Amino acid sequence: MHKGEGSVDERHLDYAGAKMGMWIFLFTEILFFGGLFLLYSVYRMKYLAEFHSSAAELSVVLGTANTVILLTSSLFMALSIAFLRKGRRGLSLLFQLITIGLGLFFLVNKYFEWAEHIRQGIYPDSPVLLDMARGKIIFFSLYYVMTGLHGLHVLIGVTIIAVMAAFTRNETIGPLDFVKLENTGLYWHFVDIVWIYLFPLFYLIT
Amino acid sequence: MPAESMATPEKSYLEDGGRFRGLFSWIFTTDHKRIGILYLTSVFSFFAIGVILGLLMRLSLIEPGRFMSERTYNSLFTVHGVIQIFLFIIPGIPASFGNFFLPIHLGARDVAFPRLNIFSWWLYITGGAILILSIFLPGGAPDTGWTFYAPYSIRTTSNVSLAASGIFIVGFSSILTGLNFVTTIHRMRAPGMKWFRMPLFIWSLYATAWTQILATPVLAITLLLLILERSFGIGFFEPLKGGDPIMFEHLFWMYSHPAVYIMILPAMGVVSEIFPVFSRKNIFGYKAVAFSSLGIAFFGYLVWGHHMFTSGMSDISRVIFSLITFLVAVPSGIKVFNWIATMYKGSVRVDSPLLFCLAFIFLFSIAGLTGLIIGTLSLNLYLHGTYFIVGHFHYTMFGGAGFGFFAGLHYWFPKMFGRMFNERAAKTAWFIMFIGFNILYFSMFLLGLQGMPRRYFQYLPQFRTNHILSTIGSWILALGLLIMFGNLIRALFRGEKAPANPWGGSTLEWTLPSPPSRENFRETPVVKGGPYTFG
Amino acid sequence: MTEAAVPQHGLTSRLYLLVWIVLVALTAATVAVARMNVTAFAALISIGIATVKAGLVLVFFMHLKHEPLILKVMLGIALLALSLIILLTFSDVWYRWGAHVHS
Repeated sequence: MHKGEGSVDERHLDYAGAKMGMWIFLFTEILFFGGLFLLYSVYRMKYLAEFHSSAAELSVVLGTANTVILLTSSLFMALSIAFLRKGRRGLSLLFQLITIGLGLFFLVNKYFEWAEHIRQGIYPDSPVLLDMARGKIIFFSLYYVMTGLHGLHVLIGVTIIAVMAAFTRNETIGPLDFVKLENTGLYWHFVDIVWIYLFPLFYLIT
Repeated sequence: MPAESMATPEKSYLEDGGRFRGLFSWIFTTDHKRIGILYLTSVFSFFAIGVILGLLMRLSLIEPGRFMSERTYNSLFTVHGVIQIFLFIIPGIPASFGNFFLPIHLGARDVAFPRLNIFSWWLYITGGAILILSIFLPGGAPDTGWTFYAPYSIRTTSNVSLAASGIFIVGFSSILTGLNFVTTIHRMRAPGMKWFRMPLFIWSLYATAWTQILATPVLAITLLLLILERSFGIGFFEPLKGGDPIMFEHLFWMYSHPAVYIMILPAMGVVSEIFPVFSRKNIFGYKAVAFSSLGIAFFGYLVWGHHMFTSGMSDISRVIFSLITFLVAVPSGIKVFNWIATMYKGSVRVDSPLLFCLAFIFLFSIAGLTGLIIGTLSLNLYLHGTYFIVGHFHYTMFGGAGFGFFAGLHYWFPKMFGRMFNERAAKTAWFIMFIGFNILYFSMFLLGLQGMPRRYFQYLPQFRTNHILSTIGSWILALGLLIMFGNLIRALFRGEKAPANPWGGSTLEWTLPSPPSRENFRETPVVKGGPYTFG
Repeated sequence: MTEAAVPQHGLTSRLYLLVWIVLVALTAATVAVARMNVTAFAALISIGIATVKAGLVLVFFMHLKHEPLILKVMLGIALLALSLIILLTFSDVWYRWGAHVHS
């Protein structure tokens, strides 16, 4: 595990170091979302019945669709790295663009989902919501905060992949220097994992 | 000293600013040493503001109502706490000495991510500026206490959201520093620099960095939720909407207790460097000191509930948290014993860095022992929310982390700036500070035992004597600080040139000229033994 | 460029595709289980399936399988930290609220 430092040029290509940095960043993300999952589990314990009835109001179809969309985007993200490493720049670029498209598709779905709830008057601090049982208020606030923060991460991810696509195009990254794309992939897969947990917690536990 | 015998002396990092000139060669630098100096300057600037706010509070307390209104007083203790904790002690040692000496101690050229390093300083300054802005903008400075407890923090009209976003950004900077350090320690050690050949300062930074990584994100989400609570009324901490204010306390202390160890562990690392050098003796029990840093970080992560004994949390939880709290005393005790054992039969040289370390041991021991008192569930119910707590955490944070910081400042000053300070003035400053400190904060223990609640603007006549005593102590302490910083600032311009190794240290920084060159080492050092070679 | 920097692992597109199929199948399974109303264990099963899915993403898409041991240990530390704070928080809320929920 220990590898001394060589010349400055070599240091910049310390792939294991770059990846370690990214993973540690993801640990902080785990703890960041962890605080929210903690609140979710605590309040779910307190308001079990209300959480069940509130979850029934979410659209399982949209939730499932979004899950499959993100899983598929993860597949293309992984493939784009594999193909960049094999030197198939064009295919890698194509897969990155597909990943971006799927990410945007996810956000559009999310938009329609939120818009529907807001149309019904259900959003944090809304008169309709405040009239409901306390457990419902907390459930929908958690829903907005957690999916909102997740959505923000998707948006950031899409932006970074767009930058990577530009890098792939102008050959800033390539088969010999792909760690930036790989770290982007790590981030994207992490965002996928967060959704893998959000999906059952909000849509399925009815 | 091979570097000195060279025919053409290299330019030092102070002279060689890289691509930029003037101010830009500092604020856009990627050199870890320059970034360390940037942090050192900014951290002490915020410290000065914090000290002035503290002095004003103490001034108000000799005759409440004469100097300021209640509202101003509430803002003073809030902003004093926020600045001293988030802008001074937490970044303090790791970001300044850590940045400067971590790569050198490892025999490396720089940290793993130099650009991320300067970026985190920019985040720190941005967050700090936003925080300072929140004092002056209409709405008024935050008046919640540095803990931002809900539901008051949700309802107050003062600039809580702005202050919270400032801290959020500073927290991000802290996370990135931790990330950078862990990666650097894993990936950039010089050939032969095995884990148990690293200086103990590095071990303490390693433990600190992990705490920064694993605890700070919880603060980030807590503050974000507080902001969302204030702007969108999400209700997580609002009982009327089904939320629970105690959950805010949980989340807040999940970070803010480990943060205590982010503050104290680096100071422990500093004194672990200084004791062997000034005792001319190897550290007693190297591995015990190294592992106790990890032990403190681990247990420190699991004891946050002892801040909440009177919050209404469950009895079982209170007993569990009280029990784990006692466990932290074990690794802390190991450290204190080992430092003292290091001096035993050593050839002790009583210079200013060692004096600050001795003060550290004395004050930290009082802090630790009073910590056991308030960690005891039954006693805590009596002492919670009194001046006893205020006395305790000032002994820990200022007496511990602060004096450790000053010890390191005197120890490494010649290396960082290439100048010697006046030793006599340093000793005088130390003496005055030590006396002032104890008058200022020991009175608080007495006040607390008498029943004086913290954060109160007014008090009953029987508390007056101790309050006046405490305020006089604050003036003495301030005088000591003035002499200390005056002495160091004078040395920057008028001090004698420092030799490469003025104290006879044996870690890698002392093999370099004072101040070191931009590249640190001409050739990557090959490490053949442990960090302390005094026999 | 050193050898170590480019670990040549034999992960092919076919393996990724296979993992994806399993992930989608597990998604279908978790929806199906939720529809069946096995009340008592529904939450546990959903979280279990989600954890298997997260594990697949970690091991294959995120290449954890090929990462050095130290990285796996670090991930373990992060997950342990999260579990411990959840556990300790529940030592409060379970005994504070648990009583009324289960009576």
